Parts: sequence; structure tokens; C-alpha cells
Amino acid sequence: MKRAAKRLTEGVSRRALTLLAVFFASMLIAPMVLNDYLLTVLILVFYSAYLGLAWNILMGFAGYLSLGHALYVGLGGYAAAALYVHFGIGPWLGLLVAIPLTMLSGAVIGFLAFRFGVAGVYFAILTIACAEFARIGFDHFNWVGGSGGFFLPVKQYARNDLWLLRGSPTMFYYVILAATAVIFLLCRLLLHSRVGYFWQAIREDERAARAVGIDTFRYKMYAVVISAGMSSFAGVFYAFYYNNLFPEQVFHIVRSIELILGPMIGGIGTLFGPVLGAFVLTGLAEALHALLALFGVDVPGVNRLLYGVCLLLVVIWVPHGIWPWLARRLRLTETGS
Amino acid sequence: MALWTQAVPAEIYLNVVVSGVLTGLVYGLMALGLSVIFGVVRVVNFAHGEMMTIAMYLALVMFTLFGLDPLIMLIPITAVLFALGYVMQAGLINPFVTRPEHTQFLLLLGIAIIIVNGLLIMFGPDAQSVRTAYAFDSFQFGRLIVDATKLYAAATAVLAAAALFAFFRFTDTGTAIRACADNHTGALTVGLDVNRLYALTFGLGSACVGAAGTLLVLIIDITPQVGPVYTLLAFIIVITGGMGSMPGALLGGLLIGVTEALAGLIFTPSAKSMFAFAILVLVLLFRPQGILGKAIS
Repeated sequence: MKRAAKRLTEGVSRRALTLLAVFFASMLIAPMVLNDYLLTVLILVFYSAYLGLAWNILMGFAGYLSLGHALYVGLGGYAAAALYVHFGIGPWLGLLVAIPLTMLSGAVIGFLAFRFGVAGVYFAILTIACAEFARIGFDHFNWVGGSGGFFLPVKQYARNDLWLLRGSPTMFYYVILAATAVIFLLCRLLLHSRVGYFWQAIREDERAARAVGIDTFRYKMYAVVISAGMSSFAGVFYAFYYNNLFPEQVFHIVRSIELILGPMIGGIGTLFGPVLGAFVLTGLAEALHALLALFGVDVPGVNRLLYGVCLLLVVIWVPHGIWPWLARRLRLTETGS
Repeated sequence: MALWTQAVPAEIYLNVVVSGVLTGLVYGLMALGLSVIFGVVRVVNFAHGEMMTIAMYLALVMFTLFGLDPLIMLIPITAVLFALGYVMQAGLINPFVTRPEHTQFLLLLGIAIIIVNGLLIMFGPDAQSVRTAYAFDSFQFGRLIVDATKLYAAATAVLAAAALFAFFRFTDTGTAIRACADNHTGALTVGLDVNRLYALTFGLGSACVGAAGTLLVLIIDITPQVGPVYTLLAFIIVITGGMGSMPGALLGGLLIGVTEALAGLIFTPSAKSMFAFAILVLVLLFRPQGILGKAIS
């Protein structure tokens, strides 16, 4: 326990730890201060922060661009929802099925790609193809509603049932906040472990990594499987929070793209980047939405247009993301924590 | 096995295959643009299908406002897309040519998102279509019935592709561009203006997609959301045929066009893109350089 704590904080400045603690504490008391609307926005923020962190393991740490992470989110969501609706099995037990299932799908994609040396843009396109495959497949998969959508029963709940994930936004908020905190710490542990250093070696120069004796195939498999497994929790959360799943929505390539924008803007490969990116992106989108509503304009697509502009600006002017820049400004460590 | 109970007469297969070939030729022209850009500039145009939707909406607007047939508008729209591609490469993409692959990818992704949603804001999410006077005409050759629109579109696509081949083969500029593709440093050494040639190439690739879009308007309905679908399709075609190979793009287009048409007949139309993806996965795994591509070193 103590050793784990030491490993977590090793090399992190006191200043960074203090700031992180203040940030976490303010997030803990946020539901007491914020109204319902802002709370749902924060849920959205941490949902995308969580997913960004999960995706970041594969792209940020190991250097493989996945544009099909919606596949893992959707599979996780559908697995847990199907178990709940058809067999009455709750989401936490459902995770025991959802996570291995998604890890398996990640392993299949990883095996196919890495075994045959598929990399770079080709890897990204392979992941898109697999997610699209799932989208069309689930459109015709009638056991879980097909293209008509799959719905979880909704009724008014007198009290929060954490075990079945049925209850108020506040409960969902704490669930996703806790999950984000856990994955954040896990990422920190992973990044500063043997596996993490191997990943970074592969990311920087895969041939050199192989030349110094790293079993690149095995460590790339770890990256894709861990990243996929972690994404599936976000899917389970999505299913129980929104109570509906449509193949056209959960597996769509737009979902895969949205979930990478946060870490892109925050800073790929950093730990706090995906969290910061989620705040910036969701915050901007909601602010714009409110602004347009104020003027009585309701145009579909404005939010996404803004996403596109953000992405463009970030790629052109801060290609390494906002976080490394901000971390220097705040006089924290170079990579942040 | 209920899918198989109906006996389908053989000529229906023939008709469907011919229709697939014709659509596939237009797909091929679209993918040719992607392939040319990749082959020379070494940038993967992730906004390819989105740029095609710009051409499609231009054709639609000209048709609904002024009654101008897409086939008449073909050259003007192609010119507009050429200019757009030229400006994009010269102004935005050129600094990214030497940056990591995923950065280029994300830049073009940003452009793609802006195009899709810009069109969504301007034209709304509903499907729109161009109904020409000859939309329901067809030619009959024995028992073979061919849609007039598809035939015109395919014939024009073949002409456009032939013009591009001729440009690369027989003009000085075309030769210079091929030199850039073969050996970047060598091209710089002999004093070629590589940046201008890159912009020209991106313009030519965009012109292909402009022509393909104007032709596809005759065949399919348009929504802003079809952009990403065709970007993916173009990728599948180019990877299947071989990245950077011009005949490969046309061949890939034919293959995907026929596969989609047959899958729509034998299974259900909504599952047809699954077969295109299946082909992509198989090619990536067993012949990653594509059918006509050169082996990756």
C-alpha cells in the first residue's frame, strides 16, 4: 500500500499534488453547489475525461491511433444492458462479462493488426472498419433491439440504488468521478511502470524498441486490450445513465472521433491532458449552446462545427495540446500529473 | 435460410453486376483523387468524402435554382474543387507534410468535421436529390437493362480518369509531379517547385472528387452526413486497389461497386457496406499493399 502510494507520487512536485488535491476536493463538493443542469454538464465532462484517458493508453502511450473506440464503448454498454434487461443481472456483475468481452474484441483487432504489421493510418482505418462492422451487425441483432434501439426500464426511483445504478444524477456524478479518479491513478501507475516505458519506446521508435529486445507484439497487445477493457466501463455507464442504446449512435464513427478530441486538445500522452481537454471541449460546447439559446437560434451542427474548429486550431497552433503548455505556466512538471 | 428461397433469374444478376460496374467506375474516379494525393503528397486526405459532398451540394443548388444539369455543371464544379484543393494544400496542409502521420490525419479530420457541419447548418439534415428529365430512362440491350443516368455517369468518369492518366503521362507538369512522387529530394535538387506541384496535385485529386460528386448526384440522394461514409469508401477502395496506384483505384472501385450491388441483392441493402469492410479487412491482413500496390519495404 505504502509502496504503491510512493510510486504514485514519486517525481511529482508538492505543488502539483496540492493543486490536484484542491481540484479533486472541489469536484467532490461540486454537486452541493451546482444546479442540476451544471451537474449534468459535469457528468458529461467526466464521462469524456474517462474515455479520453482510456483511449490515451493506446494512442498516447503506445502510439497507435484508434478511431474505433466506439466499438468497445458500445460492446460494453450492450453487454451490460442485455444482461440487465434479459436476466436481471446488475451492471457491476455485468461488468464481469462486459470487460472480458471488450478485451477479447480488442485482442482480436490487436492480433490481426499487429500480427500482420498493420500500423499508422492503416491501423486507424482497420479500427474504423471494425466499429462500422459492429454498427451494421447490431442494426440487425434483434435480441438487443436491432436498429430500433435497446431500452432499459425507467421509472421514478425513491432512493439511489448504487448496486443497480438506478438513481439521481448526483449518484451518477459520483460514480463517474470515482471511475475517472481510479483510471487516472491507474494510468499514472502504468505510465511509470516497465510496461509504460516499453510503450513509450514503441511509440517513439518501434524498430529501435524491437532492436533492444522489447517484445513489441506483446506490449502492443497489452495496450489495446487494457484500453479496450477500460473503455467498456464507459459504455456500461452510458447505458445505465441514458437508458437507451442505438447502434447508429453508440457505434457511429462520430462517437469515436468525439472521444479523441478531448485528449487531442488537452495533450496526447499526458495524464491530465484528457481531463483538461474534456473540460475545455464540453465547456465550450455548452457555453455556445447556451449563447445560441439566448439568441433563440437552434441550428443543428453548430456544436460539432465548433469541435472541428477547435481541433483545427489545436493541431495548427498547439500540436502537443494545451496541458503541456499550461503545466509549464503553472510551473509543474513537464509532463504533468 | 429464408434468404435463399426465392429463385432469382440469372439476368437479374447480370443487370445488378452491370449496375455495380457502372457505379463502381464513379467510385473509382472518387478514389483516384485520394490515391493521387497520397501517391504524391503522402498525405491521407481524411476529408475526401466531405469535399465530395461540397461538389454534390454545388450541383444540387445549380440544378434547383437554375435548372442546370449536373452534366453541364461538371467542368465548372470540377474547377471549383480544383481551386479549393489547391488553396487547402498551399494554405493549410503544406506545413504538415513533414509532421507525424497522426497530426496530418487530425488536421484533415478537423476540416472534415467543419465541412459536414457547415453543410448541415446550410442545408439541413434531410436527404435531397437531383431528378433530371432522364432520371428514369434506360437502355435495353437484349435482356440487359441499363439505367441511362448510371451509364452517362460511368462514361464521364472513365473520360475524366483517362484525362488524368494522359496528364500525368504526356505533359511536362505531369512528369514533374511524378518525379516529386518518386524522389522528393531529387525533385528539389533539379529545381522543381515542389510546394506548387504538391498544391497542384492536391487540386487535381480534389478535382477528381469534384467530378465524381457531380456525377454521383445523378445516382444517389445527398445528406451532409454522407461525407464520412464516402471518405471511408474511398479508403476501402484505395487500400484494396493499392495506395498510390492509379489503375488500382479504378479496379478497387469496380470491385467494391460490384460487391455492394451483389450484397444488396443477395442479402439486404442495409448490410451491403459490411461486405466492403470485409474486403478491406481481408486485404489489410493478406495483402496490405493492395491488389496492384507495390510491396511495402
